[in-house]
Amino acid sequence: MTIGVLALQGDVREHVAAFCDLGEDVTLVRRPEDLEGVDGIVLPGGESTTVSMLLDSSGLFDPLDAALAAGLPAFGTCAGMILLATEVLDGRSDQRRFGVIDLTVRRNGYGRQRASFECDLDVPGLGGPPGVPLHAVFIRAPVVEAVGGGVEVVARLPTGGGLAATGPVVDGEPTGPVVAARQGSVLATAFHPELTADRRLHRRFVEMVKERAGERRS
Amino acid sequence: MSDPQSPASHPGPDRPTGTFTVKRGLAEMLRGGVIMDVVDATQAKVAEDAGAVAVMALERVPADIRRDGGVARMSDPALIEGIQAAVTVPVMAKARIGHFAEAQVLASLGVDYIDESEVLTPADESHHIDKWPFEIPFVCGATNLGEALRRISEGAAMIRSKGEAGTGNIVEAVRHLRAVLGDIRKITQADSAELFGWAKQLSAPIGLVQEIADTGRLPVPLFCAGGIATPADASLVMQLGAEAVFVGSGIFKSADPAKMARAIVEATAHYADADLVAKVSTGLGAAMPGQEIQAIDVHLADRGW
Repeated sequence: MTIGVLALQGDVREHVAAFCDLGEDVTLVRRPEDLEGVDGIVLPGGESTTVSMLLDSSGLFDPLDAALAAGLPAFGTCAGMILLATEVLDGRSDQRRFGVIDLTVRRNGYGRQRASFECDLDVPGLGGPPGVPLHAVFIRAPVVEAVGGGVEVVARLPTGGGLAATGPVVDGEPTGPVVAARQGSVLATAFHPELTADRRLHRRFVEMVKERAGERRS
Repeated sequence: MSDPQSPASHPGPDRPTGTFTVKRGLAEMLRGGVIMDVVDATQAKVAEDAGAVAVMALERVPADIRRDGGVARMSDPALIEGIQAAVTVPVMAKARIGHFAEAQVLASLGVDYIDESEVLTPADESHHIDKWPFEIPFVCGATNLGEALRRISEGAAMIRSKGEAGTGNIVEAVRHLRAVLGDIRKITQADSAELFGWAKQLSAPIGLVQEIADTGRLPVPLFCAGGIATPADASLVMQLGAEAVFVGSGIFKSADPAKMARAIVEATAHYADADLVAKVSTGLGAAMPGQEIQAIDVHLADRGW
């Protein structure tokens, strides 16, 4: 099984290191031919407008779009989430997106760099030691403003600290915006799990890729 | 669903901003990209249209600062705000070496990165800015590893070479990259006792030297700046080990800035693909006029220590 990491721009090395930690084979994807033999694709953090442009000029956009439409598992972080989402607000008008996870995201929705932050997230569905939060790093991150019906919410920002409550009320407590989500074989986060040592999200993606490979065999 | 209020304007104690992780994190996100000097909103749009990962807002590109002489200072806030309004990519701006009040003004404008830059006239002959108290990250120039580590110990979250800005001559940036990366390679071969000798020789904190020995890399991203004028220049410095490039005068002093900008973006992303660099280098028109280093009066890299 081979995980491809889109290597046009951004924090490619950290994703490669994360999957190597988990013992997976990783290959860098820069050209259409690099997609051959890839069982899952990672869209790293970076500048989404630049990556969109380089996807076009490298000839990668269309073959990757077709592979994603055919069910290639994908994991996008920050800029990667923007590229995978169905709707992008505050993007460039010529910005391309794959539209394979039903999210409406607002680019740089938390604000400029001075608003970039770190935060502990509750991720009960991700496994690992019970009660251990996932530490998340948000860098000029996109805000998820709407989530489609078929999307599983993996994590929300906790409320408190003056956060705007944009989620449903759970046990009488308002919840924050969605920051990690899954739909079918697509996983997306507004933050950067590749910048921290907790590998639960990368492991989840590896499981998704294996599930998909199993389905294709049977 | 209604718009969330800007949640980050009310950071709680459980939601820290301005940490070293988020400062260095933005630098990590710019890797493999091109940061372009722009002097107005129109140039900023050209840069963004060409695929810049960020722009550097300044009043004059280095070639013009060099030509005009005099004291070069932080840009007019109105100019920076105009550029912030024109583009969606990160906007950086320059403060003079040691001029923490200029840096405070830039922080108040909400720029995404502050370049404590030798391209401007230094304000302090013996102290760089203490960058730790700032929420905004800093990039600083370095000609060698000791200088890089001293800047990191002062709080810089990104290091760039100090190639001679405004000359269109890559030779100085290459010297700086080779100096920094060559010493890093040697440190990875040193034993634990020798690391103390390295710290002394570099006038740098032992902890940072030990970190380099462990990881084989600088503790923050290393970018190239100064003298990049062609796509092949970008490919050269990326192959030497730079993780992204700053282009100053090289774009808007060339014959066809939009085309040159785009070509340098492609060459930086695909730096190891000579066929692609050849293709994007074809028919670009004149690059910026270059200068021999011996022919210039002011050596900007000598500013800072």
